Amino acid sequence: MKISPTSSSENKNSLIFAALGALLIVSLVLSICVGSVSISLNEIFSFFTGGDVSTAHKAIIMFSRLPRTAGCLFAGMALAVSGAVIQSVLANPLAAPNIIGVNSGAGMMVALWSIFFPGLIALTPVAAFFGAFLSVMIVLLIAKKSGASKITLILAGVAVSGIFAAGIDAAISFSPDALTAYSDFKIGGLANVSFERILPAAVIILVSFIAILSLCNELDVMMLGSDTARSLGLNVRFIRPLFLALAAALAGAAVSFAGLLGFIGLIVPHIMRRLFGEQSRVLVASSAIGGAVMLLLCDILARVLVAPYELSVGIVLSFLGGPFFIWLLLRQRGGRNRD
Amino acid sequence: MIKIENLTCAYNGKQVLDDISLSIPDGRLTILLGLNGSGKSTLLKTVLGLNEKAAGKVYIDGEDADAMSSKQLAQKIAYMSQSRSTPSIQASRMVLHGRFPWLSYPRRYSEKDYEIVDNALRYVDAESIRNEMLTELSGGQVQKIYIAMALAQDTPVLFMDEPTTFLDVPHQLKLMSLARSLADDGKAVVLILHDLCLALKCADEIILLDKGKLAAHASPEEIFRSGMIEKVFNVKINRTLTGKGYQYYYEQE
Repeated sequence: MKISPTSSSENKNSLIFAALGALLIVSLVLSICVGSVSISLNEIFSFFTGGDVSTAHKAIIMFSRLPRTAGCLFAGMALAVSGAVIQSVLANPLAAPNIIGVNSGAGMMVALWSIFFPGLIALTPVAAFFGAFLSVMIVLLIAKKSGASKITLILAGVAVSGIFAAGIDAAISFSPDALTAYSDFKIGGLANVSFERILPAAVIILVSFIAILSLCNELDVMMLGSDTARSLGLNVRFIRPLFLALAAALAGAAVSFAGLLGFIGLIVPHIMRRLFGEQSRVLVASSAIGGAVMLLLCDILARVLVAPYELSVGIVLSFLGGPFFIWLLLRQRGGRNRD
Repeated sequence: MIKIENLTCAYNGKQVLDDISLSIPDGRLTILLGLNGSGKSTLLKTVLGLNEKAAGKVYIDGEDADAMSSKQLAQKIAYMSQSRSTPSIQASRMVLHGRFPWLSYPRRYSEKDYEIVDNALRYVDAESIRNEMLTELSGGQVQKIYIAMALAQDTPVLFMDEPTTFLDVPHQLKLMSLARSLADDGKAVVLILHDLCLALKCADEIILLDKGKLAAHASPEEIFRSGMIEKVFNVKINRTLTGKGYQYYYEQE
């Protein structure tokens, strides 16, 4: 008999996946429709089929809505998958790219890159990756030296995050023009993204995502703890930094064009774990879809909540993510969580 | 067959294993005994390469373990660790992880892997919980699934660190009879136990560690007669002959 989920749980998973897929399509369409200028479904259809669309609406779709929608899709997917991988590798449900300083590390490198190499915008995601990887390795090192408890890891992350955030502020103080829409960058927002900024990051995100999917057996074994994983022949010393590098590449690429978006990497993997369990392939795939849906919906909310003005999507995410993180902390202290 | 020569291991400058030399033969049930902190788990972990050794050599079937990759080692020795995480995955999926050392291109588990998993689940009498999530199982059931995972690894050597911890008495006895049949099938089975009486009754060989040193390595009969266990554990061990052989019991000295 082949190992497979019971037919009922398999059906349940398929149904949830189908619902997530449908939600993603609806969110994508809504993201193109909704904003200070409404675009009808007919116009979207005409735009993609080469039909008749007014020049103004064509320009809005081409230069504003499509890049913004693509930005949400890639940034949401990247941050959620990054969070899922970081939580699995560090065996810590509180860990997420923004909480352990990965986003801030990437953000500081983005700020420095913008100051010193303003003409090399396409390489910004690579710089962001180095910042993200540096911070995750510092956090890992601090946690290792101090006993690696789950809370220590988070506190180390908070400290590293604070240092890098101060680094961003210092860099911008010396060169205020380096980051256009600085406040948007710090809060996280996609109002001014362009395909030029998204494209190099999207390549990094897709490559990292495929690499992680192909290493899901390793990620599964890694979750069993270091001793068991090593006794099963997994080279933990190599694979752990590799996963963290891939997670850093995802988060760094997202930060390079979307700024310091928080909480997607925390919330989405948690919801997906509850829905699907912890089998890595399912968790990673569902987190990718869930992350994109969440960022798209939050971005749409940011556009309509105080219309005709717009909020940065980072503000909406923080309003949702802050309480979620507190709930998670309380749950941890209560000891009801297996971790 | 595992051959250990002059194995020494230290944590933070403190010697945990001191010049241990012994052989673990195939087809025998070997039980490691010793007080807490005597180096039992460290010995198994060091043989597996999970701990750095300060000195000494380990040979597995005549091959230097230092020259083997972690995957090659995992194809020789299955290890059930003392600490067991319980991810939220199906029990059968967990057992499938035991096939990881055998995973090769195209990196997908084969029909043969699934068959081995089925047999392992059957062996530990855990077929009825195969579709349950690990997080929903009792400590004893999780233990069974870990044992099935070690069996699915299909190795000639099996290390189990305190495998009876969460098991009730009937399941402890079942585990010992499982270990016996695995040894009878030709595997080298090494268990760490705290139950002295169970060890004396069931083992083919006993390795007794005391403060990181090898205090004794002999058959249960020789160990019992030597009085070494009583010396190390500071208890008085007695036995009575019943229809099912000797039954051991101990009392405080």
